[in-house]
Amino acid sequence: MSGTLDPSAPQRSYLWQDGTLRSWLLTRDHKRIALLYLGSITAFFALGSVGAALVRLQLLEPTGTILSDATYNRMFTMHGVVMVWLFLVPSIPVTLGNFLVPLMLGARDLAFPRLNLLSWYLFVASGLLVVYGLFRGGLETGWTFYTPLSSEYTEGRVLPVVLGVFLNGFSSIATGVNFIVSIHQLRAPGMGWYRLPLMLWALYATSVIFVLATPVLGITLLLLAFEHLFRVGVFDPSLGGDPLLFQQLFWFYSHPAVYIMILPGMGVVSEIVSTFCHKPVFGYRFVAWSSVSIAAIGFVVWGHHMFVAGTSLYSAIVFSMFSFFVSVPSAIKVFNWLGTMHGGSIRLDAPMLYAMGFIGLFTVGGLTGLFLASLAADVHLTQTYFVVAHFHYIMVGGMVSAYFGGLHYWWPKITGRMYPETWGRLAAGLIFFGFNLTFLPQFILGFEGMPRRYATYPAQFQVLNVLSSAGAGILAVAYALPLVYFTWSLFRGARAPDNPWRATGLEWRTASPPPVENFAETPVVTTYAYDYAELDGRAGPPGTAVGGPHV
Amino acid sequence: MSDGSALDHHSPYETPLHRDETAVAGMWLFLASEALLFGGLFLVCLIYSHTRAGGWAEGVRHTNLSIGAANTLILITSSAVYTMAVEAGKRGDNRRVVRAGLGAAVLGLTFLALKGVEWGQEFRENLFPGPHFALHGPDTGGAQLFYSFYFLATFLHGMHMVVGIGLILWICRKARHRAFSAAWNTPVDIVGLYWSFVDLVWMLLFPLLYLIGRA
Repeated sequence: MSGTLDPSAPQRSYLWQDGTLRSWLLTRDHKRIALLYLGSITAFFALGSVGAALVRLQLLEPTGTILSDATYNRMFTMHGVVMVWLFLVPSIPVTLGNFLVPLMLGARDLAFPRLNLLSWYLFVASGLLVVYGLFRGGLETGWTFYTPLSSEYTEGRVLPVVLGVFLNGFSSIATGVNFIVSIHQLRAPGMGWYRLPLMLWALYATSVIFVLATPVLGITLLLLAFEHLFRVGVFDPSLGGDPLLFQQLFWFYSHPAVYIMILPGMGVVSEIVSTFCHKPVFGYRFVAWSSVSIAAIGFVVWGHHMFVAGTSLYSAIVFSMFSFFVSVPSAIKVFNWLGTMHGGSIRLDAPMLYAMGFIGLFTVGGLTGLFLASLAADVHLTQTYFVVAHFHYIMVGGMVSAYFGGLHYWWPKITGRMYPETWGRLAAGLIFFGFNLTFLPQFILGFEGMPRRYATYPAQFQVLNVLSSAGAGILAVAYALPLVYFTWSLFRGARAPDNPWRATGLEWRTASPPPVENFAETPVVTTYAYDYAELDGRAGPPGTAVGGPHV
Repeated sequence: MSDGSALDHHSPYETPLHRDETAVAGMWLFLASEALLFGGLFLVCLIYSHTRAGGWAEGVRHTNLSIGAANTLILITSSAVYTMAVEAGKRGDNRRVVRAGLGAAVLGLTFLALKGVEWGQEFRENLFPGPHFALHGPDTGGAQLFYSFYFLATFLHGMHMVVGIGLILWICRKARHRAFSAAWNTPVDIVGLYWSFVDLVWMLLFPLLYLIGRA
């Protein structure tokens, strides 16, 4: 039923099985690859944060403080490129996903362990290319590389960055293929589709987007690179091309990619909410299928990024309508999480604080998305800080909260150590506060008409900008806290029991940290995903952690 | 795709059959992704062939139909020959896998060689888009767009050919060491899927680049 926990025994834990650098760099163990990814994306998160910090510093004064206009453009581009491509898109899938998919399935590894390692090397190579471009001059196009700015008018290093993002796509595709095939092929005996944890449904939907949308981005960026390299026309109007076509193709990928940047977070929140309410997720099938429908509808809403780009009014109406549709499955999730919490005995440990933060902030981000999906409102609000605030509520308030929540929740499983709970709660609260202080003023700024992407602004916007920058400072401290206490916990944290949260997933039925082969013997699934009655029957009375003392 | 049909102890699979089915599923999924990669390219081609119909058609008329047609025939033949390797693999006949594989690879290389000749001609005739572009019809911009896509599409397809030929030669090497048996021949099968896909892409590129708008 569960692995033994005996700290004195030399465990065959995946962490200490073989400590050489070579064994880490050539590992095919999904758990180690997850940690390789964790290290890489943490570095990129820090780099992207530097870009954000410089942007917020610049905007303290209406005329700017430290950056020239050109440098400002390069800094917000660095922030966007690094955060979207090298942190948010991979974030939960490649770290928690890589670690958990086989464990949740009751499998020994992903379907293609070597492909998994290859995906990490592709990711690192792509990251190095991007960083090379950013540090050898950078670029001013924003993360979207719109033509003709990126082709005809740029003075920056578009080519290495675009090729880096192109390569990054293949890393995503490899991960997507691996997850889909694993979920189809490697489920433990007895684990039907409706017995899968909701995290796996979310990752499955995400993987479909990885596999079917990313190649379109790939070809688009390849066309852009080709145009750049040989000065031939593809999108550049001076060479006969159509720049709007770039936007169409780019958003055909990048709007589904917005759901890459939220669906895994929804999966994490479903797990956390259920565990910390000790209740099955309300309306399991609706939550599961809402992930799939978000992925599906997400493919037909890209035109809402182009309402003011001169596209046909009729197409805009259709895209607006589909954009409203996509809010339905999102709302189903929010209401079902609330339904799960209703009447539950809620424990407010750090992961649950992050999950509740997610629900609130995602709801604000989602509702303001409806403003932007409405044609008339969008004409006024697009290109303003309202849009900036909207997508940060989804991606930072939503996805980054879920990422941190998930890291706290599975940290005991990943490392075998508990993080310090008080510090965890403090950081969660601080992140929530700092986040709102940063981005709530930006809604107002945008509504009052402050445009995006400018290094300077009219003096009447200063108070709100100073508030926003102050919030960013708090966020910086708050994001640094987990880095400190997670590292501390690796050496000094209390030993984690197998199942510290009394959760139901298969990953909690093995040792913390898991052995190399994940399970001593292949688990057999006899019940649905969130069967707490079965767990309580198996593990004794509530109030105690399973498999050892909860410190 | 470890050698032989035995599973090592760390393998995530229950049985060799389970592993082999999974590998085939993975290749199909990868090909779905590849289809979208080329799909984006076809979409852009189709759009420009309508919005810039005049110049586009002029570009199409200047492609070398005889080489294109010959290459189409060669590539279909190569795919057909490779299916013989797949069939031989199912019987565990390693010698035939080598022979059919080499046949398919040689045909693939012939395709690439002819493509190289064609590109050489086109470069000499200044058909690569740029300031010295040779076609000065009423819509020279459209013709340049066509050649942008012609070169990128054939380059991308060519790269897939190079990968495919490499994979086939890898299969031949394994077969020379008698790696395949009636019980285990999944790699032969999977490379066949990929090779057929490369063939199929050409089946769409050929009419797009050589035929539509020619008359």
